[in-house]
Amino acid sequence: MADNVQTGDPVANDMLFEWLLRRGDTALVLGHRVSEWCGHSPVLEEDIALANIALDLIGQARLWLSLAGEVEGKGRGENELAYLRDAWDFRNVLLTEQPNGDFGKTLMRQFLIDAYQVPLMEALKTSRDNRIAAIAAKTAKEVAYHLDRSADLVIRLGDGTAESHRRMQEALDALWSYTGEMFASDAVDAAMAEAGLAPDPAGLKLLWQETVNAVLDEATLTKPDSDFAHLGGVNGRHSEHLGHLLAEMQFLQRAYPGATW
Amino acid sequence: MKKEWPLWEVFIRGQHGLNHRHVGSLHAPDAEMAIKNARDVYTRRKEGVSIWVVPSAQITASDPGAKDALFEPSMDKIYRHPSFYDIPDEVGKM
Repeated sequence: MADNVQTGDPVANDMLFEWLLRRGDTALVLGHRVSEWCGHSPVLEEDIALANIALDLIGQARLWLSLAGEVEGKGRGENELAYLRDAWDFRNVLLTEQPNGDFGKTLMRQFLIDAYQVPLMEALKTSRDNRIAAIAAKTAKEVAYHLDRSADLVIRLGDGTAESHRRMQEALDALWSYTGEMFASDAVDAAMAEAGLAPDPAGLKLLWQETVNAVLDEATLTKPDSDFAHLGGVNGRHSEHLGHLLAEMQFLQRAYPGATW
Repeated sequence: MKKEWPLWEVFIRGQHGLNHRHVGSLHAPDAEMAIKNARDVYTRRKEGVSIWVVPSAQITASDPGAKDALFEPSMDKIYRHPSFYDIPDEVGKM
């Protein structure tokens, strides 16, 4: 346990807290979005697969948010952080809160994030904070399967019928400007990287591009020729979509505080 | 063209050393997707360490109408059961 980061070193607690919220909220918001498909997927097998993925993501969110609450040290646990914060306190990347759209758009969003989560978790396995390394070791196996599945389906649908190809290209075009945020480093990322706790996200971009280029190529999809990126999610500036998502996700705890079953 | 994906029979090996057992069936466009779907549908609770899928169309089944001729004759052949022998413990599972 000697490597655990304790108060005062080597990264300020509030920085670490911010960084953990980014991990937890990204998993939580994406998990909730994917769970919205439950009972609505095009076929039974996909319905179960998506529900599995949503549950994996919510499980990951629990681990990150529990640790965030512990680091914050103000008595907030995973539940308080998930259900009792407002939109401006959420630190997920904007890509995760984008509406599901059709099945193709959901899959494209999943693929673009999976291709980022895989190298991130791989790098986090060697974090100097062994609590982070432990969560990453568990998460890495889950996201590896998510990527395997989403990449496969993006290829099949991209290189499928004329209609499936059109829908996948539209999804890619619509979501592309939300991918840049994953690699936009700020002071929190720099401090984490400096302390050997997490990789600089900018450094993951090459690995992400390798995966994305190969899959889009095989899927016969065209990568949009633009570097424009919507930013702000990880700093609490969200699109209007997040508020609606939270209204549904948090309703029960807001209306019946402390309710359990 | 048929719109529905073909049906696959799914076999799961519960643990090393045991046989694959038939657990059910599902739809998938091809074998690779059938494995993925089987993983998601049938191994959510750690049910297995290995998956086989077989196109349902490739299964040849015995004729249910012929079951008397096929199975009835073995009913009274109790001497075919190894219940008249003591099986040494070292033999293990039969």
